Amino acid sequence: MRTLPRDLHPVAWWLWAIGLATATSLTTNPLVLLLLVGVVGVVVTLRRTDHPWARSFRFYVWLGVAAVVLRVLWRVLLGGGYPGTVVLDLPEVPLPDWVLGISLLGPVTREALLAGLYDGLRLAAIVICVGAANSLANPKRLLRSLPPALYELGTALVVAVTVLPQFTQSIRRVRAAQALRAGETGRVRRLRRFLVPVLEDTFERSLALAAGMDTRGYGRSGDAGRVERRVTGGLMIAGLCGVVVGVYALLDQTAPRLLAAPMLLLGVLVAAAGLLNAGRRVGRTRYRPDRWRAPELAVVGVGLAVAVVGWWVNRHQVPIAYPDVTVAPEVSLAALAAAMLGLLAVVVTPPPSSVAPAPREPARAQRPERPEREVEAAR
Amino acid sequence: MTLLELRGITLDYPDDVRVLDAVDLDLDEGELMVVSGPTGVGKSSLLGVVTGLVPRFSGGTLRGDVRLDGESIVVLPPRERAHAIGYVGQDPAAGFVTDTAEDELAYGMEQLGLPPATMRRRVEETLDLLGVADLRRRDLHTLSGGEQQRIAIGSVLTMHPRLLVLDEPTSALDPTAAEDVLATLTRLVHDLGVSVLLAEHRLERVVPFADRMALLTGGGRVETGDPADLLARSPVVPPLVELGRAAGWTPLPLSVREARRAARRLTLAPPPADPPAPAPAPLLTATGVGVTHGPVVALREVDVTLDAGRVTALMGRNGSGKSTLLWTLQGTRKRRTGRVEVGRPGADGRDPAALDPAGRRALVGLLPQTAGDLLYLETVAQECEAGGAGTRALLERLVPGIDDDAHPRDLSEGQRLALALALVLAARPRVVLLDEPTRGLDYTAKAALARILRELAVDGHAVLVATHDVEFVATAADDVVVLAEGEVVSAGPTRRVVLESPAFAPQVTKVLGPPWLRVDEVVAAL
Repeated sequence: MRTLPRDLHPVAWWLWAIGLATATSLTTNPLVLLLLVGVVGVVVTLRRTDHPWARSFRFYVWLGVAAVVLRVLWRVLLGGGYPGTVVLDLPEVPLPDWVLGISLLGPVTREALLAGLYDGLRLAAIVICVGAANSLANPKRLLRSLPPALYELGTALVVAVTVLPQFTQSIRRVRAAQALRAGETGRVRRLRRFLVPVLEDTFERSLALAAGMDTRGYGRSGDAGRVERRVTGGLMIAGLCGVVVGVYALLDQTAPRLLAAPMLLLGVLVAAAGLLNAGRRVGRTRYRPDRWRAPELAVVGVGLAVAVVGWWVNRHQVPIAYPDVTVAPEVSLAALAAAMLGLLAVVVTPPPSSVAPAPREPARAQRPERPEREVEAAR
Repeated sequence: MTLLELRGITLDYPDDVRVLDAVDLDLDEGELMVVSGPTGVGKSSLLGVVTGLVPRFSGGTLRGDVRLDGESIVVLPPRERAHAIGYVGQDPAAGFVTDTAEDELAYGMEQLGLPPATMRRRVEETLDLLGVADLRRRDLHTLSGGEQQRIAIGSVLTMHPRLLVLDEPTSALDPTAAEDVLATLTRLVHDLGVSVLLAEHRLERVVPFADRMALLTGGGRVETGDPADLLARSPVVPPLVELGRAAGWTPLPLSVREARRAARRLTLAPPPADPPAPAPAPLLTATGVGVTHGPVVALREVDVTLDAGRVTALMGRNGSGKSTLLWTLQGTRKRRTGRVEVGRPGADGRDPAALDPAGRRALVGLLPQTAGDLLYLETVAQECEAGGAGTRALLERLVPGIDDDAHPRDLSEGQRLALALALVLAARPRVVLLDEPTRGLDYTAKAALARILRELAVDGHAVLVATHDVEFVATAADDVVVLAEGEVVSAGPTRRVVLESPAFAPQVTKVLGPPWLRVDEVVAAL
């Protein structure tokens, strides 16, 4: 399939990543997990754009590594008493009675280490899947594709994401400025010295932003009548009540079963109707919206396939999904397929549209020319 | 025909402060009106009444009527006026909602619910109209000030407003970027017939473009009329008008070109020779200073010498490294290469970067760009007390008669600047650095600042002031250093540097040619 480079709908990448994350959460087989991480890495490398957030993948990989290391260390610290071959005989630290059942250090067995490693790997793989979604799909564009009724919420989130770096910048500036004058040096007083200007600055900035948004039509009332607004409100509240009751009944086994799943479903439906109704009266449009086309569907399909095959392995090939720590882990064809299927995302999607960063104006006109040197060079 | 009418607009803030008193104002279609007056007199409030931000975002009570095309809009919130009235604030970056230029241009149209095809077309048109097509995918916060301001103007233009309201759109820009923005505005007025209401206190830039002028004279009164008529009587005027008045030119020339024609008839005595430069007494010597910001070189081999008793101006376009140089000389910003010595070089010279904050304060005082960052207490008296002994006396010398119980935030721009400067000077540094102190000051406050800087120099301080304001440099500075891309491109006495770079020439030089620099010189030679 030959298509022009373009950015995929962010929701498609998120669903794909959720599919892979589902598969990873259903196994502790280190070979399958490593394969999955590798697949994710390949897809991210080939399909991420060159925007700043796309570089965040590395951060998630390090987070995954940290998860593995912590998990293993935890096993060493608290895993005394795990049966198996001892690889490191550490003395056990006696703990007082009130922490019954927990022992510090103690002999470290190979099995304990491996169990920690597998567990950590699974956590790391899930983290990396989320990281892949984050670097493949612009989080801001994801928020922009919220349903119209949730538009206000989405804008608020986008603004929050944008404002955060400005906040740190403001903190740095005030810190430097306060060092330029004398003033209280006591602990509490110093905090105030620093907080007051930062908060004032933040407050002023928020007001300026709010004013800017308001003057540009943010929150214009649509042409909805009063009745319509009430209907929408009623639907939303009824839907929420339904969801709350349904969730409660699901968790409380003594509640009548009729209140559980059916009530939850009804609640969700009513809330969705409310959202739809609210969305209809929104007089807003979207500039160059992300479109949902065949490649998006295919990517979601790939994610779904990975999750389904992973689930099948988890159900029908338990020794493969959860290998014993006493023997070397094995893989089955199905487990391999589950991991490798993820790669299909590269095949079914067009490459990302690259953004050629516009070169900043050279602006060197003011620099004094050095003709004599050029003459020398010419000789 | 009349587009906007203000009828009997009266605005009261709490504590019986009347900002606008029964103001009537008419704005015709396709007209550019400049709103002028001293700071704090109510320019922004007047614009806010038109956009609807006042009293919703400011508090206060508003009476009277605002009419657009004859229909009263005074009760409509800003968002319901957005399709007809576009507003651009002082700091464009503070109002950005999205992260790329293209999305920002589309944002307003999305709110209006325009069809996607229309949005697409208007974005392209606007990108071309403002000459920012190459910035479309760029992150808004990486753009220069002038580029940001043009995107901000574009983001309201896409809604095809009838009226554009701008609150000091050029106050943070270097002279070239400011001229770009103003040229863009004039083009909009001429080509598209947009009406523009523009607040500005640096009149020298905008008066040539203005069709009419609204002058806020204090006490809530507004006078409207032809710029030449109003300026003939106005208490504060740009240097050009001052020159015209002194020379008795009628009609009063408002642009450099007109003034040049009038100046042909002028006969002047030869200008007085500059007093010979005093023997150099360097207080701060920086050699080969290099600073990097990540992989980017912010300053490259900068040499600066600040002499006792002299005021040096630091100029250069936005982002040329002015602030970085000040913070490096002060010692907070770490340098990669070079030496900075405060005191006599070789003898008792000390490097501020090697000291703790208190030690640095005593050597080099720095007034940062946002002077408000220094203030955190409730009253002027508390601030002075926290600043250490002698702060109050210093403040009294800088700006006499500030109320002890006043809240620092309630002071005027000039007074707040003086308070921050007094706090900085309390540590008795001999070198004083100021980062864009003229931003937001009117002519009176700038004259006061120039006097303060001169007094500091006479006291034996060495003063370095970063600024975009060429008129301020002409009146206040002895020497000028021009930075570009982190390098010094010219340095020397003001008269010579200004002669070398026409972009930094003040109006008097533009009219009469070198060596004339200031109005008072010309007046003396008449």
